[in-house]
Amino acid sequence: MEKWICEICGYVYDPAEGDPDNGIPAGTRFEDLPAEWVCPVCGATKDDFVKEA
Amino acid sequence: MAVVEIKKNVYWVGAVDWNIKNFHGYSLARRGTTYNAFLVLDDKVTLFDTVPEKFRLDLYHQIHKLIKPSDIDYLVVNHVELDHSGALPFMVEKCSPEKIFCSPMGEKSLLSHFHRPDWPVQVVKDGDSISLGQTNVQFMEARMLHWPDTMFSYIPEHKLLISSDAFGQNIATTRLFDDQNDLSLLLSEARHYYTNIILPFSGFVQKALARVRESGLEIDMIAPDHGIVWRSHVPEILKAYDDFSSQRIREKAVLVFDTMWHSSEKMLKALGDALVEEGLEINFMSLKKFHHSDVMGEFSDAAALICASPTHNNGMLPLMANFLTYMKGLKPKGRIGAALGSFGWSGEAPKAMADILETAGFDVPVPPLKVQNVPTHEDLARCREMGKTLARSIKEKVAGQKH
Ligand SMILES: Cc1cc2nc3c(=O)[nH]c(=O)nc-3n(C[C@H](O)[C@H](O)[C@H](O)COP(=O)(O)O)c2cc1C
Ligand SMILES: [Fe+2]
Ligand SMILES: [Fe+2]
Ligand SMILES: [Zn+2]
Repeated sequence: MEKWICEICGYVYDPAEGDPDNGIPAGTRFEDLPAEWVCPVCGATKDDFVKEA
Repeated sequence: MAVVEIKKNVYWVGAVDWNIKNFHGYSLARRGTTYNAFLVLDDKVTLFDTVPEKFRLDLYHQIHKLIKPSDIDYLVVNHVELDHSGALPFMVEKCSPEKIFCSPMGEKSLLSHFHRPDWPVQVVKDGDSISLGQTNVQFMEARMLHWPDTMFSYIPEHKLLISSDAFGQNIATTRLFDDQNDLSLLLSEARHYYTNIILPFSGFVQKALARVRESGLEIDMIAPDHGIVWRSHVPEILKAYDDFSSQRIREKAVLVFDTMWHSSEKMLKALGDALVEEGLEINFMSLKKFHHSDVMGEFSDAAALICASPTHNNGMLPLMANFLTYMKGLKPKGRIGAALGSFGWSGEAPKAMADILETAGFDVPVPPLKVQNVPTHEDLARCREMGKTLARSIKEKVAGQKH
């Protein structure tokens, strides 16, 4: 599964880890994150993420 | 002010803000602050950062003591917040720089602050380097320390790190160097500053420190944009940042409260007595007397935050809501929380406070406790019991932290 990077702060969303602090279980694909999910570091929205090259 | 040569041909040309007491409207700066700007005299005369707009003439006169401001070739903008860039439009006008260097995010931030696409901005990335003649500048990305645009400038010939807001402290002084001041005061001001400004980005600080260690970068001077310049205690401030950012905690609890008729205060005091009897350090702080940034300064190395507020119009008192919103935004990690308070008829406050602590990631090992109107001896005994239980959890938490 692909990792996605926040263009604002550089945080990497790794589906293998999910975002358990914010209720996102490991194994959740970036595409399947809820639309209101935001970068846990800087608060940017999903639109600010790009696929890791 | 006098200009100060911090390294050969590198001058402090900043401004001292003696009388500011409130820093950017959210944090106190009881000792005032400085806005540091640094001028390098080399083939390319280069100014690193500026000062707030209202100090633009101070900066201008400082520079004048050394050169004609129009002789400046390069401006380096390590961070576009207005305390360091407010005087930028004025300086650009006065010195018509050949180039303005900033990070990729800095470019966007410059545009959205000043709306001047005509400026000669040159974006530099992490690891890029420019020559000024005898000396060079290496740029290091320091994203989110504390804004997305933040970068550091490192001059290898001088082993000098110009570090923007990182490693700063709010102290107004003309004794610019660490060794001209009391070190414990500097470190405690650095802690207050860190906790109120940089704490949310502790993960980034850890990464930046690791990078500095791994790169073998030699640093014998750190020049932040606020407060003193580190030259004799560089290892101490680096170590302090390691401690702050790893959020090391001690057997200490901050007890914070607001109260109308002192019932909630009495309850919290009883709880605090039990903590002290169990050997913990406590600090008992009224939100009417202490600013939220001072409470956070105290809380930075504490294992627990215990909140007391009466119920007021079905919620907590506004100073507590204010404090908890502020505290939550600073994202402290690995702490214990608890809540209690007096109520008249409906009693929502303790649970509302505990809910915030939980969503902020605190362990809340004891359910919120509420007492109707004025506590009896038995009620206060329950508060003490709560304190005893909390003391055990706090000790376990401190013992369990990684080394
Ligand atoms: C300590 C601090 C934290 C900030 N956090 C955020 C943030 O999380 N998200 C954001 O979009 N802007 C953040 N900002 C940027 C401010 O919202 C921005 O500077 C804004 O333009 C200030 O507006 P004002 O002039 O009304 O104060 C932060 C600024 C500071 C100083
Ligand atoms: Fe800043
Ligand atoms: Fe600043
Ligand atoms: Zn982000």
